[in-house]
Amino acid sequence: MSTTAASEAMAFDNGRPWALSPQVALRPESFGALAYHFGTRRLSFLKSPTLLAIVESLGDQPSAVDACRAAGVSDEAMPSYEKALATLAASGMICERTAS
Amino acid sequence: MTLVEDAPPAPAPVGKLVDQFQLGLDAPICLTWELTYACNLACVHCLSSSGRRDPDELSTEECKAVIDELQRMQVFYVNIGGGEPTVRRDFWELVDYATAHHVGVKFSTNGSRITPEVARRLAASDYVDVQISLDGATAAVNDVVRGEGSYATAIGAMQNLNDAGFVGFKISVVITRENVSQLDAFKAIADQYGAQLRLTRLRPSGRGADVWDQLHPTAAQQRELYDWLMAHGEQVLTGDSFFHLAAFGEALPGLNLCGAGRVVCLIDPVGDVYACPFAIHDEFKAGNVRAEGGFAGVWRQSDLFTELRQPTSGGACSSCGHYDSCRGGCMAAKFFTGLPLDGPDPECVRGLGELSLAELGDAMPPKPSLDHSRITRRTSVEPSAPEQSSVAVAFTPRRPDRACDENPLANFEPSPSSC
Repeated sequence: MSTTAASEAMAFDNGRPWALSPQVALRPESFGALAYHFGTRRLSFLKSPTLLAIVESLGDQPSAVDACRAAGVSDEAMPSYEKALATLAASGMICERTAS
Repeated sequence: MTLVEDAPPAPAPVGKLVDQFQLGLDAPICLTWELTYACNLACVHCLSSSGRRDPDELSTEECKAVIDELQRMQVFYVNIGGGEPTVRRDFWELVDYATAHHVGVKFSTNGSRITPEVARRLAASDYVDVQISLDGATAAVNDVVRGEGSYATAIGAMQNLNDAGFVGFKISVVITRENVSQLDAFKAIADQYGAQLRLTRLRPSGRGADVWDQLHPTAAQQRELYDWLMAHGEQVLTGDSFFHLAAFGEALPGLNLCGAGRVVCLIDPVGDVYACPFAIHDEFKAGNVRAEGGFAGVWRQSDLFTELRQPTSGGACSSCGHYDSCRGGCMAAKFFTGLPLDGPDPECVRGLGELSLAELGDAMPPKPSLDHSRITRRTSVEPSAPEQSSVAVAFTPRRPDRACDENPLANFEPSPSSC
């Protein structure tokens, strides 16, 4: 079993480029999505369709905050999405991209 | 799943997740697949009454077709069990096929086939997880339940996995009256071998019905278990097994929901689909993967699963202030102890299940619809050297059959030529 996901987990900086971990599979659901990490074997719930849209577009956006804005997140709502993304980063579900 | 974690609630949530799950998903989050009823052990509490191979077992090609469906349905992984799944000749072929099709595998084993070579192979894959069954932290406690020598076999497998560098495999323990006092010792074994401890509930399913009265934890032990689980949090896995204990206070980590037919199910060795691994009974059989429509058809259209996804009232429990936390407990535990499904769990922490059981009197609880036990099991599980065992229990059926119930074919078994 890989332990790389744990070491990949890092502090979340929303100004940096991020992407879904290549070891994670997403399954869209009416409430958002299920996310499963094959390395850590952890299951997460993305509890809104907006969060799913953000996570899916992370890899194509210059930064996490851009991905949130592109998904229509308002400034007021931004902190709760940042918190959700930080949790996903802490468990290795999303990783910082080294090259964008 | 090995751990469930929630990303924090985002704005405009669609509703409580647990309510969503109650109504069922288009595909299970994960499922249990018992690949064979054949087993080289004869554990006294086996929830699938395993022992002999069923001649109608799914073929390799049929298994692969099921895996194809799971891939299409985006089922992330399957929990493979049995019986002892590794005794199937095509076991590794099926594991490789599943992982190549992006269906992760966690398989449960007694460890008898986890050689150093197999352990090295397993350690090299990110998509395969292993769960070694162990029901005592000492050979004395374990072997009375799982059979003589089974402790040494399990420990040998753990050593092989650890030597191969497999970090985080699971040690799966069914909690009984005899091993609750060993929780710290189990944790120490897990730490020693770089494994993660997984504790699950003893169910009165399969042969478990025969020993449930003697082996299920006492009320005081349930409290001890709850406190221990709360102290260890997410370090220890439970497969959401103990949600009936949530009525003690704070909920344990996990979904705290009966996912039967809603987010989980069981496929048995002959392809029958049941609501959960603990409910192998016609009452909980939704269909068969061999039917037209396959597994997806059963999952999405069967009458049973449709019914299970209806909103439920708490029945006899609806006036109880704890209903929101325990949700009436485990359907299978109720069914196989003869209790009504809309009443308290037999291990209700308020003692209401015990009262209901007492009211049942001599009524016989339903028996499992299937039994693949080897007929020698009763004698083979008796402790062969009682003086070496600290467990003073003899495993006899909980209620003796009355003479008039005796089936004329009892103890008659056609020669298992096809096994």
